[in-house]
Order: sequence, then C-alpha cells, then structure tokens
Amino acid sequence: MAGYVFLLILILSVVGYYVGRSAGNRFISGTGAGAGQVVHSLPGYHGAFVAVWVGIPAFVLVLLWLFLQGTVIDNLLLASLPASLTEGQSASGIQLILSEIKNVAAGRIFKEPTPEIESAAAVYLRWEAIARWAMVVVAIAMMLIAMVVARGRLSPRFRARNNFEFVLSALMIFCSMIAIITTIGIVASLVFEASEFFRRVPFNEFLFGLRWEPQIALRADQVAGKGAFGAIPVFTGTLLIAFIAMLVATPIGIYTAIYLVEYSSDRVRATVKPIMEILAGIPTVVYGFFAVLIVAPAVRDTGSALGIAVSPNSALAAGAVMGIMIIPFISSLSDDALKAVPRTMRDGSLALGATRAETMVKVMLPAALPGIMGGILLAMSRAIGETMIVVMAAGLIASLTVNPIDSVTTVTVQIVTLLTGDTEFDSPKTLAAFALGLVLFVVTLCLNVVALRIVQKYREQYE
Amino acid sequence: MNQAANAEAPARSAETIVVDDPNMNPIRVAAKDTSVYYGQKQALFDVSIDIPERSVTSFIGPSGCGKSTFLRCINRMNDTIDGCRVEGLITLDERNIYDPSLDVVELRARVGMVFQKPNPFPKSIYDNIAYGPRIHGLATNKSELDGVVESSLRKAGLWEEVKDRLDDPGTGLSGGQQQRLCIARAVAVSPEVILMDEPCSALDPIATAKVEELIDELKENYCIIIVTHSMQQAARVSQRTAFFHLGILVEVGPTEHIFTNPKDERTHDYITGRFG
Amino acid sequence: MSTADAALTQKFDWSSESAAARRRRRHRADRRLRTIGVVAISIAIGLLGILIVSLVSTGYRAFVQTMVTVPVYVDPQFVNEDDPSKGNYRAIVKGTLETLFPEVTDPREQRELARLLTNNTQFMIRAKVVADPKLIGTTFDIRVPVSDPFDQLNKGVIDRDLPEDRRKINDKQIGWYDKLEAEGRVSTPFNWGLFVNSDSRFPELAGLAGAIVGSFYALLVCFLISFPVGIAAAVYLEEFAPKNRWTDLIEVNINNLAAVPSIVFGLLGLAVFLNFFGLPRSAPLVGGMVLSLMTLPTIIIVTRASLKAVPPSIREAALGMGASRHQVITHHVLPLALPGILTGTIIGLAQALGETAPLLLIGMNAFITSPPGGLLDASTALPTQIFIWADSPERGFVDRTSAAILVLLGFLIIMNGIAIFLRQRLERTW
Repeated sequence: MAGYVFLLILILSVVGYYVGRSAGNRFISGTGAGAGQVVHSLPGYHGAFVAVWVGIPAFVLVLLWLFLQGTVIDNLLLASLPASLTEGQSASGIQLILSEIKNVAAGRIFKEPTPEIESAAAVYLRWEAIARWAMVVVAIAMMLIAMVVARGRLSPRFRARNNFEFVLSALMIFCSMIAIITTIGIVASLVFEASEFFRRVPFNEFLFGLRWEPQIALRADQVAGKGAFGAIPVFTGTLLIAFIAMLVATPIGIYTAIYLVEYSSDRVRATVKPIMEILAGIPTVVYGFFAVLIVAPAVRDTGSALGIAVSPNSALAAGAVMGIMIIPFISSLSDDALKAVPRTMRDGSLALGATRAETMVKVMLPAALPGIMGGILLAMSRAIGETMIVVMAAGLIASLTVNPIDSVTTVTVQIVTLLTGDTEFDSPKTLAAFALGLVLFVVTLCLNVVALRIVQKYREQYE
Repeated sequence: MNQAANAEAPARSAETIVVDDPNMNPIRVAAKDTSVYYGQKQALFDVSIDIPERSVTSFIGPSGCGKSTFLRCINRMNDTIDGCRVEGLITLDERNIYDPSLDVVELRARVGMVFQKPNPFPKSIYDNIAYGPRIHGLATNKSELDGVVESSLRKAGLWEEVKDRLDDPGTGLSGGQQQRLCIARAVAVSPEVILMDEPCSALDPIATAKVEELIDELKENYCIIIVTHSMQQAARVSQRTAFFHLGILVEVGPTEHIFTNPKDERTHDYITGRFG
Repeated sequence: MSTADAALTQKFDWSSESAAARRRRRHRADRRLRTIGVVAISIAIGLLGILIVSLVSTGYRAFVQTMVTVPVYVDPQFVNEDDPSKGNYRAIVKGTLETLFPEVTDPREQRELARLLTNNTQFMIRAKVVADPKLIGTTFDIRVPVSDPFDQLNKGVIDRDLPEDRRKINDKQIGWYDKLEAEGRVSTPFNWGLFVNSDSRFPELAGLAGAIVGSFYALLVCFLISFPVGIAAAVYLEEFAPKNRWTDLIEVNINNLAAVPSIVFGLLGLAVFLNFFGLPRSAPLVGGMVLSLMTLPTIIIVTRASLKAVPPSIREAALGMGASRHQVITHHVLPLALPGILTGTIIGLAQALGETAPLLLIGMNAFITSPPGGLLDASTALPTQIFIWADSPERGFVDRTSAAILVLLGFLIIMNGIAIFLRQRLERTW
C-alpha cells in the first residue's frame, strides 16, 4: 500500500514537471500569457519548481502519517476498549491485549478470542482501512492543490531557477542536520528510558552497587529485586576485557607501524598494508565465532595442560580476540602519526650517526606520541563499545573479579541479553539496558572527543 | 691521487674543468667517477672531485643539478632513500666510505650534516645538543656532557643567547637560532667534515649573516662543504667552488677564479644570470 | 670552559676497541627492534591465517551435502487423490525404508532407521506428488539429504573408531548407512540448499536464502537513505555552508557519530523506530534505517574528501561562464567527484553488511524459515544468521556457520573489489 502511494507521488511529481516545463516552453515561444517578456528561467526549471512543490510536501506528509498511524490507532483503540478489559492491567498487560487484538485482526488466531477482543479487532480493521484510504485521499488532494498553486505562480519573469535552488538548499541543510538529529535522538532515547530506570532503581545504587542480577529482579517483585542492579561488576568486566585487548593490540600494532615506517621495503609495505585492511574489514561476528571455535578452546586446553582451570568463557579469550580485531586500528593510526613526523627530523637524527632504532625510539616516537596516544584512546573506546565478540565469547554472569581466566560480562553483553527476547518496555530489566547504554555512550563519547582533539592538535602541529 | 693527474685524464673526466690551486690544503674528501641513480633515472654522472680540509667548498648550480644529491652521498644519507644507488668511489681520509666493512653510523658521526630547513628535535635545547654525544658515548659523565654542550653552543655562537634556558624546547627558538642550534648539534659529535645543504635558504638576511660568520669561524677546524643557491654566499664564504649542471660537475676551482674567469660557457652563463 | 674545550678538541678515537664494542651494541639494538617488528607483523598475519584456515577447514564441508537416492512407492491408500497435499506421507517414507531394509522389523530399530533420512523427507515427497499427481500409485526415485549425523559420518567428522557410546549414532545405524552406500545410493553433490533454503532447525536443510534476501533489502534501504542524504549533506557542508559555530557543531557531530559504538544505534532503533513509531520488529526496513544512520557519517566524510579533490579552477571556470552555484555543483563538480563518492559508498555499505549488534536489538535474529517477501516482513540478515547458527549446538551448524561466514566474506570481497576497481579505473588525480 505504502509502496503504491510513493509511486503515485513520483508519478504526480513527473506530471507536475511536464506541466511546468510546457508552461516554460510556451513562455519562450511567446504563445502563453505575458508573451513578449524576457524569460528568466529555462523551461526545465519551471518544471522542476512545480515538481518539488508537488512531491516533497506529499512525501513528508505520507512519511509522517505512516510513522504515526500505528501509535494513533493504538491509542484510539485503547480508549474505545470496554473498561472491563483494561481495568487493573499493567502497561505490559495492555500491550498483550493490543497484540492479541492485532493478531486476531490479521487472522492469526492462537486461542479462541473473547467477543470483546473480536469486536475490537473489527474496529481495529475498520480504522486501519479508514486511515489508509484517508492518507491516499489527503495526499492526492495535497498534490493537486500544490500543482495548481505552483503552476499559477509561473510567469516569464518568475525566477523559477532561484526558487527551485532555494528548495534544494533547504533540502541540503535538512540533510546535514540529520547527523545532529541522530545524536539528539540517541541522547533523548537513552536519557528518557534511563530516567525511567532511575525512578525505579536509585542512581547511586546503579553506579556503585556491587551486585548485578537483573534476571532475578524480573521474577521477584521490584522491591525484592532492588540491589541487583549494581553495575560495578559489569563495568569492571568491560574494563578487564578491554584492557586485555589493549594489551594484545597495542604492542603488536605499534611495532607493526614501527617496522612499516622505518624498516620495511616498499614491497613489504605493499603486501602488509592490504592484509591489515583485511583484518580491519572482517565483521566482528566473524571474530566472535573465531573466539568460540578456536581461541577459547585453545586457551582452555593450554590452561588445563598447565593445571589451571580456565573458564570456558574466559575474559582472556574474548579479550585476546578483541585485541586481534583492534591491531589494524592501532597500527594504521600509529603509522599515520609516525608518518606525520617531518622527514627532516628523521634525517637530522640519522645524519648525526644515530641508528634507525635510536632515531625511532628517541626522536620519532616521542614526536609522534600525542598522535599515537590519540589512536590508543580511540581503540580503547572501540574495545569498550565492541559487542559481538563479547556477546559470543564472554560470560553472562557478572562477577566482580580481575582474574583474566574467569568469566566476566560486559556492558554490551548485558544490553544485548537484556533486550533480545521479549522486550517489555516497563520492566526495570529492559530499562537497565538503556541505563547501561547511556553510560556506554557517555564514556565512549568522552574518549572519542578527547582522542579526536589530541589527534587534531597533533596534525596541526606539523602542518 | 692529485689534482693534476685528474685533469690530464681526458677519457674519464673530460667534462670537468679543474682549476688547480697551489695553496690548497691537504685533501680530506675525494670522489672518483661517482654516479647516482634513483631507480632507473641517473641523477649524477661520473663526478670526480677533491675537497680540501680546513676550508669551505661550495657547490652551486641550478635546481635539480645534482649538487644536493652529491652532498648526501658524502655521509651516505642517500641510503635512506628507497631505490637510490651510488656507483664509483668516494673516500674520506683515503678510505672508501661505501666499503661494506665501514660502519655508516661511524661515518655519519664523522661527517656531520646541516639541513635546508632547521630541524631541531622536539626536545630541550640541551637534549638537542647532547643527543649525538649520548648515542655515540662521547661523554662519560654528566659534567663532561655539560662541557660538550657548552662548547658546542659557544662554537655555534649561541651560548650567550640560550645559556639561561637550556631546558626550553629547541623548537621555540627563532629560525636563525634553530639553524645555529642544528650546527651546534652537528659540532657536538666533533666531526671532521660538516655538510651544509642550503643552510640559509629558510633564514632572513640578519640570521643568514650570523650563520655565514659562523661558517667562516668553523672552517679553521673543519672541512666544510656547503650547497647554496646564492652565488653571493658562495663567493662570501667559500675558498673553492664547484659548479654542477644537469648532473654533471662542470667546473671546479678557487672561488675567485670561478666567479671572475670561468672557463666553461655554462658556468659563465650561470654566474652571469643567464639561467638558473 | 677549559674542560669543555678539552672534550671537543681531543679527537675521539673511532677505531678503539671500546668504541667498536659500543657500535656493535647499538647495531644489535637496531636489529632487535627490527626483529620485534617482524615478529609483530608475523603474529598479525599468522592470526589472520589461522582465522581463514579454521573457517575454510570447517566451512568447506558445508558446501557439499550427503544425499541418498531412495525409491518411493506412493501408495494410493495413504494419499487423497483429489487433494494430494493431504495424506499420510510419513507412512510412505516408512514403506520406503521397509523395502530398503526388510530385515529391520523391531519398531524401536525402525525409528532409529528413520533417523537416517532428513526429517523433512515426507514433505519433499508430498511436494513432488502435489506438483505431479500422476505419481500416485507409481514408484519413483527421490534424492533427499541424509540427516546431520550421517552427513558428518560421510564427511569423516564422526569417527567410526570411537566407542559407540561416545558418538551420536550407533553401530547398527552405521551398518545401514554403509549398506546404502554399497548400493550406490549415496552421493555428495554441491549443496545448493545452502543458497536456496532458508533457516531450519535441521542443519542438513538450513540455508542462507532468507538471510541473503534480508540483508539485500536492508542494504537497499540503507543505500536509498544514506546515499542521497549523505551526498546532499556533504555538498552543503563543503560547498555552501558558511564557516560558523553551527557548521562546526555539525562537523564535530559527524566525526563523533562515526565513532559511536554500533550497539548504541541499535538502542536508538529500538527506542525510536520500534517503540515510538511502532514499526514492525525484525523488519529489513528498520534494519536498513538503523544501518543508514551508521553509514551516513562514512559517506559524508568520503564525499567531502572527493569534493575537496576537485580543483577550484573548475568551479571558477563554470562560475565565470555565468552558471549558478547549484549548476556548477550539479554539472561539473559532482560528476567529477562521483567515482570517489561511489567508492566510499560501497565501502560504507560493505561495513553495514557485516554489522550485527544493532540488528540483534531490533530483532533481526529471529528464527524465520522463509525469505521475506517485503520490507516489512520479519527477516534475518547474513551476520545475524551467522550469530544464530554459531549459537546452535548441532555439529552440522558449526560447518554451516563457517560456510555462512565464507559467503559473507565473499560478498565483502566482491564489494571491496568493485570499490578498488572503481577507484583505479575512474578516479583521476589532478
């Protein structure tokens, strides 16, 4: 249905274009109204002017209609339901009733519906049909009115090109605002849902509590579940795994960059760089599977050979694989930072008789340090926010430990486990995921801002 | 080998006109049929030249004539460029510097270099000077190192200007001071030869005058080779001048001779400003 | 002063034993750093090698499938001739096995025997009969997949030498399988099912069709949104925007958005698209919208770089002819920048194709057994399908996960290959 409406908008816009263009052609050939005047714009711009005024408002209207129709109908439906159905129901109970009505309306009947539900389903179907057709009628009316009005404004002296370009500029400004809208959307949704959560669980308890047992809280009533939302073990788990990842990635990445910048021949560089890009391009879910299939068993076998009991979801395995994922990230940023050090600096050191190692360690690395630090911070933020590897390879139970062979959980793992499966938007369990998401967003944002600023300053220094 | 023998060997160096100088100091650096290639491209063709100690020799010529390329051969800085190949013989104190048994680290300590753009390390003034002595182990204790730093800065005429702020970053000095810092840095490892690649091209006239003054003082102790774009500078500071053109060493001789009575037409055209 | 001068005038003896020893030490340190560098690179490359080898060595098995060809007699007594879709096809399968193995009569053994063939054999026979009702009352050969344990047996994953209680299938079952093989009924053709089927609980039937279609729809939506919006935003910021606080803010925003963890975009999609706008869960439309928000910064950044690379002289020339700024952009600058923009877009889409976490949050990891028919149908995507299979306990899914990863990597290689090709063929340097 929606597809046809969009097609209709497209067709009418094209019609509008030809209407406008033929008007423009008549101005030029001097047969239309106002003949004889100098024509300001080419016929194509007259057409484009009519087309954008026909198409864009209708497009926006239909989009909004489609987005809001569901919510509006739901609310109308709820209001029309007999009180006997909704009375004393929690929000999730009402959601259940709504989805049952929709299932019945769609013909997916799992159990025999009550008469109230069935009549509600009929109401729902009727409203949906009304809404659909109303949308089509309103859209067509709007487009026809727009076409008439826009056509009426055309004249030989009408600045169709300027008007059309004005609309284009407005569109472009809107498009560049989407980045800001996205950020606002992220912040708003996280803050909104998280504040819901903090109304149920005190803020301090969340930030400083030492026990994280969200599953238990779902079963017990909320008061009993209190105290199970202390996120400290989740944070320490996240940091532990990120730390292990950095421990693996930082030396390998930096030494790789050192070798590529100072020692390697062009041929080696031309081979190694694409390999690093391949490492960087592998989806994280692949790394996750690699951790489960190869690394975790290998770590466990090594442990048992040494007589150490390693947890099957050890932080070590997840962190190590995350480290592999981050190697290319650190190596390419360090590579950039080292390359940005002016060649004259390197030559100055070599000309004094320094070896390449001395030049690297005593001149290049100190000079590139801010850039490398920025890269490490960015990598750290990536490690903290990385999801799939830990979802597949790390544990679910939040234990407060820094032992790398134990199983720990991370912020991202908790978000995924709390939100997959059934998502009731009013249980503290799901809301907790948004509180965790808010923390994750704030922390990574700070890391990114600081890192990007350091890198920026560093680049400017040598420009 | 001596100058005359070289000039009389037409088959090998017919292209280079060598003007003899009876008062010339003993030879420190000598090149024989040196050619340099960047990949397939030949940048320098069979250059043969003798460079005396305790004097200033200047290389002049239009851009891209190979004078800097040749300069960088003398301390093997061309090794750091991928695809660069040097043929022929260059000797320092009659020892082949491209001999595989010779340590390039030692060579570069003995043949210092000052670059076109001042390139102090992003460290303190003190650490800039101490860098060379430290890596080569030239000073055994802190007071000895202090002594080397002070005397190097004195030799570069910078001591009075910076003695109170040795811990400030070297990059905070003015351009001329930075360049003299770089000269002091080169002097600190007590080299025998100092190569200067257009050391004043990034400096203003006052700073240039100071550096030139410094070069004049340093020639009492060192063999100095300077590449310059400015013929006036070559005339002011050097005793001998070599003119390069399109990778060929065209003419070499006492400076006053090159500037007053060039034998080759190209040299004449260049110093009278017909090209360059 | 005097000591300082002494330090300098006294010539350093480079040929002394101590100086030579020091130089040797320094060169050793130099070689050490170089060796560490080589080791670091070898580790990185070695790990990539292990990753690829382990994927290929487990995944290649899933590209072939053990099939068995069995004769089927469609007994009219079990099938309704007027409506062949109704009938006791289970009994027909049973009959088939009885003709093949007349010696097996014990009901318990018969059940064990039935496990040889895939669970869906009856439905495959039904499909054939429905398509051609004339088959009723005749006997025909049908080739069906064997069930997963026997597939693994054929591929050598299940070790016959293991004690019976440590493998999934017993000696008797192996004997039956061997008999089928001796009769020449077993074959191992290319596993088209991997690309034709959708997800299934049974590894021998599970395929990627649904996931590929779902990923295609999601990428289509992602492209349709992020490509025009990204170009428009980049053109505005690069060519029109005044340099002020407002545009600075937008720029900082875009750079930061590019570094926000992907799961946060999933939270956004869940809270805004699903919860607020009420769009359906698991739909490729929502997946594509979330992915487009993530791809947008990449496309904007790349497009701006390509626009910057177009020399100003071209703009000045066109402006000098009396063209409006919009005309300069659309007629001259954008066509010249297009190869770079396309390259960046393809790379952005390739990243989006491998993105998993946000899709989990909007429910694209559901168990869906048919390809989505449209943008609003519930669906999985390639990476989420990998995630689902990686979580499944059956041995056959390990192979299939690796195979799915190889398919995903294949798509990524193709996309990046196209991007590299475009860059080399079309991009010009000024």
